[in-house]
Amino acid sequence: MLPETKETVGTHMESKGLVVRYGNRVGVGVGGGVNLPIYRHRITALIGPSGCGKTTFLRALNRMHDLTPIARVEGEVLLDGENIYAPGVDPVLVRRRVGMVFQKPTAFPTMSIYDNVAAGLKLVGIRDKRRLDEAVERALRGAALWDEVKDRLRTPASGLSGGQQQRLTIARALAVEPEVLLMDEPTASLDPISTQAIEDLLLSLKEQVTIVIVTHNMQQAARVSDYTAFFLNGEMVEFGATESLFTKPKDPRTEAYITGRFG
Amino acid sequence: MLPAGNLRSLEKNLALRARYRKERFMMALVGLGTGLAFLILLLVLAYALSQGAGALNLDFFLKDMRPPGETGGGLRQAIVGTLIVDGLGLLIALPFGLAAGILLAEYPDHPVNPYLRLLSDTLNGMPAILFGLLAFILIVKPMGGFSGLSGAFALGFLMIPILARSTEGVLALVPKEIREAGLALGLPRWRVILSLVLPTARAGLITGVLLAFARAAGEAAPLLFTAFGSPLLELNPLKPMDTLPLRLFAFAISPYEDWHRQAWAAGLVLFGLITLTSLLARWASRRRF
Repeated sequence: MLPETKETVGTHMESKGLVVRYGNRVGVGVGGGVNLPIYRHRITALIGPSGCGKTTFLRALNRMHDLTPIARVEGEVLLDGENIYAPGVDPVLVRRRVGMVFQKPTAFPTMSIYDNVAAGLKLVGIRDKRRLDEAVERALRGAALWDEVKDRLRTPASGLSGGQQQRLTIARALAVEPEVLLMDEPTASLDPISTQAIEDLLLSLKEQVTIVIVTHNMQQAARVSDYTAFFLNGEMVEFGATESLFTKPKDPRTEAYITGRFG
Repeated sequence: MLPAGNLRSLEKNLALRARYRKERFMMALVGLGTGLAFLILLLVLAYALSQGAGALNLDFFLKDMRPPGETGGGLRQAIVGTLIVDGLGLLIALPFGLAAGILLAEYPDHPVNPYLRLLSDTLNGMPAILFGLLAFILIVKPMGGFSGLSGAFALGFLMIPILARSTEGVLALVPKEIREAGLALGLPRWRVILSLVLPTARAGLITGVLLAFARAAGEAAPLLFTAFGSPLLELNPLKPMDTLPLRLFAFAISPYEDWHRQAWAAGLVLFGLITLTSLLARWASRRRF
């Protein structure tokens, strides 16, 4: 079911027969489980109507379902060929390599801007001030936030606007230098200008990291992504290079969705 | 715009007048209930003030009690004892109460939780004197005598379920996004709880601790056969110690006028201590962001 592609970068992650159940209900993986390659240093968009399972799939990629007692994951998720659900794999190590940015900007309210960005490093015991300073600056520059906050790094992060807080959470995720960044509708609660800033950011970030982004907004998927997967009712309907999926979809359901006939 | 005649018929259709009457009636009932609750508080306070204010002077705080027949003296030994016994009790209860609350709130699927919750609910409703009995068997008997420390254990037992409940409640209010954001950074779960969840809930946690302290400060029953009471200032928690509720009880059942006055004064000081703690709790939980 892998599409023919001229991609030479190779797969970074891959799901094989992935099914996530909440109790008896299948959250994602209807029809034999999801098989989806995620190419290195490319942006993969997951689109589909509300409740289609795209966020559920995304959360399976760094074992966030471990926290939901009723959630069960079947099948495999390979990270550089290694199954992250194999017995003995520490989810903490998986999440250090596969970071995540959420829909709601969640700056840690009790911390300064600096401490927010440094949190992932400081809280695992890195104390070297030079190293922290460098990491914070690099991450904030990477998230296109440095110029706006460099003079008030020690002020509470709760003083930032929604768009700034979202770029702060991206900086915080980047500071631990993950290989893959999962983004769950990162612009859903932002205004158009902040959205634009984050989309520009994504395009510049793919030099460093592999990105998987869930979005409600098909234009956004078309603008930023290299590959797109379309989900519907818990099933992954179609996957392909973004351009070909949007211009000549193979499945009639994909066509119906992208031409706006439902969803 | 609707003409006036239409408005009037609409008013009739909606039976607005009757509904407004009902609303005024209910508001009056709510006001009456509030007033009654307030009245009881005022009556207690006013009566205690009229009976005990005379005994409240500097000596009351700086001198120990006198034997019956002699006037003057104070309740320094009971005030100091209350702070020591209650403070030690809090120290004993804090790690267990917080740990139980954290387990209940942060590990909802942990297998011991159903039993822990049943236990903490039962302990919350248990008569305070039974905690005294427990401390008597566990501490007083093996140690061979009454002591402030055994009283501290009795109050500690009393505070553990209160702390567990308030901690669980406060942690449940911390948005789950904060936990997920921390875990997504590759932090272990204990680190997320310690460095992200607890600081976010700090104000609420402090409030819970202070309210547990205030609740235990007013208890006499668990101390009757543990701290036991003492007419002299005692700083060694291995010896019997006095506390305000204990002394209040002893003075109130005595036949001496002067002691009765001092019992009322002890009540006032206790009232002040608890009010102060509650005010501190409200100050700690004020919104800062």
